[in-house]
Amino acid sequence: MTSSMETVAENISLTQNYFELFSMRSSFDVDLSKLSENFRKLQQAVHPDRFANSSDKEKRLSVQRAAFINEAHQTLKSPQRRARYLIELQGVVFDDQANPVMSPVFLMQQIELREALSEVKSKANPESALEKILAELKSNRTVVLDNLAQQLNVPENADLEKASQLMHELQFLDKLQSESEIIEEELMDSL
Amino acid sequence: MALIQISEPGQATKPHERKLAAGIDLGTTNSLVASVRSGQTSILPDSNGDELLPSIVHYAQDGTIHVGKEAQQYKISEPLNTISSVKRYMGRSLEDIKSKETTLHYDFVETDSSVPRIKTQSTAVSAIEVSAEILKELKVRAELTLGDELVGAVITVPAYFDDAQRQATKDAATLAGLKVLRLINEPTAAAVAYGLDKASDGVIAVYDLGGGTFDISILRVTKGVFEVLATAGDTALGGDDFDLAIVEWLKQELGLSENIDRSFTNQLTHVACKAKQTLTTEQTTTINIDNNGTSLSIELSREQFNALIEPLIKKTLMPCRRALRDAQVELDEVTAVVMVGGSTRVLRVREKVGEHFQQDPMVDINPDTVVAIGAAIQADVLVGNKPDDELLLLDVVPLSLGLETMGDLVEKIIPRNTTIPVARAQEFTTYKDGQTAMSMHVLQGERELVSDCRSLGRFSLKGIPPLVAGSARIRVRFEVDADGLLHVSAKEETTGIESGIEVKPSYGLSDSEIEKMLVDSTEHAEEDVAARMLHEQQVEAKRVIEALAAALDDDGDMLSDDERQVIDNAAKELVEVSIGKDDRAIKHAMEVLDKVAEVFVSRRMDANIRKAMAGHNVDEFEG
Repeated sequence: MTSSMETVAENISLTQNYFELFSMRSSFDVDLSKLSENFRKLQQAVHPDRFANSSDKEKRLSVQRAAFINEAHQTLKSPQRRARYLIELQGVVFDDQANPVMSPVFLMQQIELREALSEVKSKANPESALEKILAELKSNRTVVLDNLAQQLNVPENADLEKASQLMHELQFLDKLQSESEIIEEELMDSL
Repeated sequence: MALIQISEPGQATKPHERKLAAGIDLGTTNSLVASVRSGQTSILPDSNGDELLPSIVHYAQDGTIHVGKEAQQYKISEPLNTISSVKRYMGRSLEDIKSKETTLHYDFVETDSSVPRIKTQSTAVSAIEVSAEILKELKVRAELTLGDELVGAVITVPAYFDDAQRQATKDAATLAGLKVLRLINEPTAAAVAYGLDKASDGVIAVYDLGGGTFDISILRVTKGVFEVLATAGDTALGGDDFDLAIVEWLKQELGLSENIDRSFTNQLTHVACKAKQTLTTEQTTTINIDNNGTSLSIELSREQFNALIEPLIKKTLMPCRRALRDAQVELDEVTAVVMVGGSTRVLRVREKVGEHFQQDPMVDINPDTVVAIGAAIQADVLVGNKPDDELLLLDVVPLSLGLETMGDLVEKIIPRNTTIPVARAQEFTTYKDGQTAMSMHVLQGERELVSDCRSLGRFSLKGIPPLVAGSARIRVRFEVDADGLLHVSAKEETTGIESGIEVKPSYGLSDSEIEKMLVDSTEHAEEDVAARMLHEQQVEAKRVIEALAAALDDDGDMLSDDERQVIDNAAKELVEVSIGKDDRAIKHAMEVLDKVAEVFVSRRMDANIRKAMAGHNVDEFEG
């Protein structure tokens, strides 16, 4: 079963760079509607549903290709995963676990947001307090994404160290985001 | 049995020959089968003209098995031998069932395998076998109506079904002798039935409240392609709970004791269900009960009923919010809300869902039949009857899949709502010096602790070279196929030692168990099974040869003369042996053909990819 991985690697179209697979230039800014249009075209061509009546071999190959196309699509669709992929295409392995050097300003912001989040439930109007935090997270995220775009739109010229640092910032924001969402669900539950 | 005709390779089959395929909705309360005939999709009724087959199976003293209406009549007199709502038990352990039901409806017995069995007067049966009886009945019905053997069927499952429940459903089909073309999610099937793939592009919310399950799915439809963006739900919430709410209310209002016997409980459930149905058209209803000869009567108004079920409806709206968020879709982007499942007949449900999504939900197609209709349309496309149809369903993994790591924690490998098929690999390492084995525990669920997730299976990788802790590299690969079923394999990278398992869920049947059941189920076991195996191989051989012939017709020019010769020889060999009686020889010939055709198949697939992207490269790369 694991041999399928090697089969994938031997195959020309499946070693393709994700951007090339979707006929796009390697860049942080992607045309999302073109991405999903091309994604649909590719799946129309190779999805296992097109091979429900074919030989087992064909079915297996189709599953592999469809899985590869799904993976490529999800990577390019998410800004976080796209940025990581671009950094890795430059030959740098991005380490999630690494202890990054963060700018003091960003760290201060995070600490304040985190404190605000921990106090949400004791607020007179927890919903609006949480809404304010979510809005701030969103605007912080936009800033980080803009900076990432600046770094990675021409990946060959990117300052990879700076880009990695931005990636870590994005991870911080994502973590806070999901914690906020958990609190949001708890609030809705208690309504 | 009709003789199978096998055409010479290269000779394509008649272009207009339609293949018979069916869509099956294996429901908690009722099951249905539908098919596309002369362009029209319809539910196939039984000889009495009934479309709904009650999902009830009765096991009589003499071993006779009754299904549907026939079984229903034993429900009150023989509650323990008459099994209903078996879907709730699919892929579930006894422990799960006990934790969900305060009073067990049946006598469950533990078995050597972890699949619990229900004890009846004649035999002890698993949920899979009970479901297989229902499927057999539907298969017979379809083949009688359509006049020939089915090529295959699409069977629907709740979107929120986990791997164990999907696997159990597929096992039931195998046991019933049905070839599963695909397991598809009920909400997706409903969207297909409404023809939303042919309508304008947009975002669809499918609210599916059945007898025992609730699903909400958010789909994006673009030019015939349904992309499931997110799904959420509750596998133990449905219209049956509305009945229970009425039953509890009755007990309270009438001062009935908590400890009432099973057949009285069944009577109460029955009248409660009736009352619920009446209240969809009437403002008030009278409930009559016979309590050991004393007749009781009580009024229930729609307002009272609405109040009783309010908390249950509210429980469905939480997943609606979560699904929208997971889909990254705003409420006002939703262009259509589709209602599925008999319980969406309850007016209060429609009102609340309409309020939530700020628009009137679609209720035009009978909510009981909409899923089977959609499944039939998909089955028709899958068997190749509609080569030009753009319909394509891209579904997602409903619950995250992961592995147990140190400290009882779950490491997620495939997060929920990832589009399938999907393959992901992750590396793990040894914890101790000289460790030579590693045990893997596969789990499904959103929570961080192992004990809060569903255990799908365990397996171990042995023969890891004894190295310093942390230096072995074990790559675990998760693959979820288009049916949503998980396959796991592991490999130690430095030595190449491999361990592959079909993750048969902890509460599933092993292949050998299924095989044994198949043998047990036929009276003249051996000959019948042998005949069936031969027949299956012949049918399969025919299919392979036809598919290859069609492919060679289209793309034979991708092969050199030598390559073509090798394939033609193998195909000729298969044609020859498939006329014979040796099922193993047929199987072998198919494997040989499969192997020699790989290059061709692979080239065709990549040509497909290039063709799909043709015309894009030039302008976009320059732009």
